[in-house]
Amino acid sequence: MLQGVPLSWYLILSAILFTLGVAGFLFRRNIITVFMSIELMLNAVNLSFIAFSYHHKQPDGQIFTFFVMVVAAAEAAVGLAIILTVFKNRATLQIDDVASMKN
Amino acid sequence: MNFYLLCAIKAAVVAGALMTALAYLQWVERKVIAHIQVRMGPYRVGPHGLLQPLADVIKLLTKEDLLPPGVNRFYFVLAPFLAISLALISICVIPFGPEIHAGPVYTWMQLTDLNIGVIFVLAISSLSVYAVVLAGWASNSKYPLLGSLRSAAQMISYELPMGMAVAGALLVSNTLSLRGIVETQSQYYWGWIPAWNVFHGPFPQIFGFAIFLITIFAETNRVPFDLAEAESELVAGFHTEYSSLKFAGFFMAEYANMVTVCAMATVLYLGGWMPPFPARYGSNFVPGIVFAIAGAVAIYHGLHPARKRDRLTLPAFGAIFLGIAALFCVPLFQPILTPLFWFLAKTGFLLFTFMWVRGTLPRFRYDQLMRFAWRFLFPAAALNLLVTALLVALVG
Amino acid sequence: MDAILFLIFAITAVVCGVLVVTRRHPISSALALIGVMGSLAGLYLLLGAPFLAAAQVIVYAGAIMVLFVFVIMLLNAGEERKSSGSRLARVAGVPALVALLGFLAYTIFRMYPRPETVEFGGFHGGTPYAIGYAIFTKYLLPFEITSILVLIAIVGAVVLAYKELD
Repeated sequence: MLQGVPLSWYLILSAILFTLGVAGFLFRRNIITVFMSIELMLNAVNLSFIAFSYHHKQPDGQIFTFFVMVVAAAEAAVGLAIILTVFKNRATLQIDDVASMKN
Repeated sequence: MNFYLLCAIKAAVVAGALMTALAYLQWVERKVIAHIQVRMGPYRVGPHGLLQPLADVIKLLTKEDLLPPGVNRFYFVLAPFLAISLALISICVIPFGPEIHAGPVYTWMQLTDLNIGVIFVLAISSLSVYAVVLAGWASNSKYPLLGSLRSAAQMISYELPMGMAVAGALLVSNTLSLRGIVETQSQYYWGWIPAWNVFHGPFPQIFGFAIFLITIFAETNRVPFDLAEAESELVAGFHTEYSSLKFAGFFMAEYANMVTVCAMATVLYLGGWMPPFPARYGSNFVPGIVFAIAGAVAIYHGLHPARKRDRLTLPAFGAIFLGIAALFCVPLFQPILTPLFWFLAKTGFLLFTFMWVRGTLPRFRYDQLMRFAWRFLFPAAALNLLVTALLVALVG
Repeated sequence: MDAILFLIFAITAVVCGVLVVTRRHPISSALALIGVMGSLAGLYLLLGAPFLAAAQVIVYAGAIMVLFVFVIMLLNAGEERKSSGSRLARVAGVPALVALLGFLAYTIFRMYPRPETVEFGGFHGGTPYAIGYAIFTKYLLPFEITSILVLIAIVGAVVLAYKELD
């Protein structure tokens, strides 16, 4: 058992991290923490892709992970710019306070 | 020998040598800057000030370790720890020499060779931004926060041209492992011109080397890019509120970063441990001759010393240099010491350039610094990469 | 040895993940997320993806999270105030999550009952050469499209954060 780890352990870990990301996304009230939970979900999915890439012995899963990283970077940049704009207009980072379009 | 025991011994040797080198690098810097500014530098504590680093360590250890009120304690203590750990981790992949026989073992003069060595060093240097950012934020004070934000923005802005300059050298060498990069630079054109990456390849990486040199000044927060930590600017930047051992941590981390980036420049562009002309033209005797000349000069000055105290110390240094020159002649140590000498000579020359620039140039203003990175260095590095890629694709 | 390393990285990842979701201050969440990314990079190394492990540290932990930390510092985000959430969420939240996790785990065990193991060094296709070859031959079109995507993101971020110098 000391040599080699069952593949399902990696997938379970990915599921745990994904669930934690979902929990953070649903339960937290700070915009930035919600955004970070999204990044946690993306990381969990990356781990899953690379585990399957090992399983099929092909690099295609790793290339998809590469693209997921690029998309996450683009999304983080634009999302944080949006957060800055929301803060400039509403002066708050709690998503309860920006829930209505009425200023 | 057992693999773990060998790794532990190598790590202990490198760590010990590096820590001593960091302390004495500070002495060298103070002496070099002093002589550029036509003054003496430290010369009272021990012969020629050689015990000054020891005195500084004792002073820093015995100062009051202040924890200012209102700081976030965990991050305040974490920041210098992170800085020094990340600075020391990058040394692990740098090759100091070729494969050697040291007694019963047959090992490389490198702690570990990763097949992704170059991007490992880039990854560690991009993590070292956090030490600066955390130090400034946790200090709960205006000047450290401003200094740390500026310094972090500068470091991430200059990472881009650095990465692209490194990518040019990687295209020429066609491998990511640092050992492999040095091995591709081990030939000689027409028997005597070395195939270092600055000279050879479809496109000599001289521009890449220049861009890399400029960006490593910015990455290590050295003059002329040290706006964030200069004493006449934002008090002392991100390490204003730090005292005693934590300040010593930042100090050591800066010098360790300097050593790492100079070693990377040596390995990537200047041929690592390869001598400038091959061994059959006598490059094995150069270290011995250099040290013998140094010893002779020291003994000669010791006979007619300028100060009375030097009558004792200069001949002692001369004897030490002649002893080292004799060590280079012992055939048992030659395959270990000669590559190490060339590597340290090139890295030492780049470190001397760091100190030379510090004593000579004024510092950039923050907007000049950022404009230089984004308007000049980034397009220049992209152009260098483009031309290198084009020529490598046409030739290879 | 593989199992010990996996457990170290996995436990670090899970503990840091819990810290991301539960800490009040955004900076603590951000640093815990960096911890998650670092331990995931170690796991990628165990799975034979050395290039992606380094890319994870350079791109995610070294650039994206720096962006997060910058924004948190610039906005001076303080601790989150306690929200008046619904009682239903507080009572049924954690059990619902455990149920979701159990469902995912059950699906995984149904799909992969074979005791296939992951050994360090069992997959050599994650070298930079292999990934570069595949990106520039088989996946060239998605690669070029992601470069345009990044350009759009740059333009969008500059437009959103632009301040007139008046």
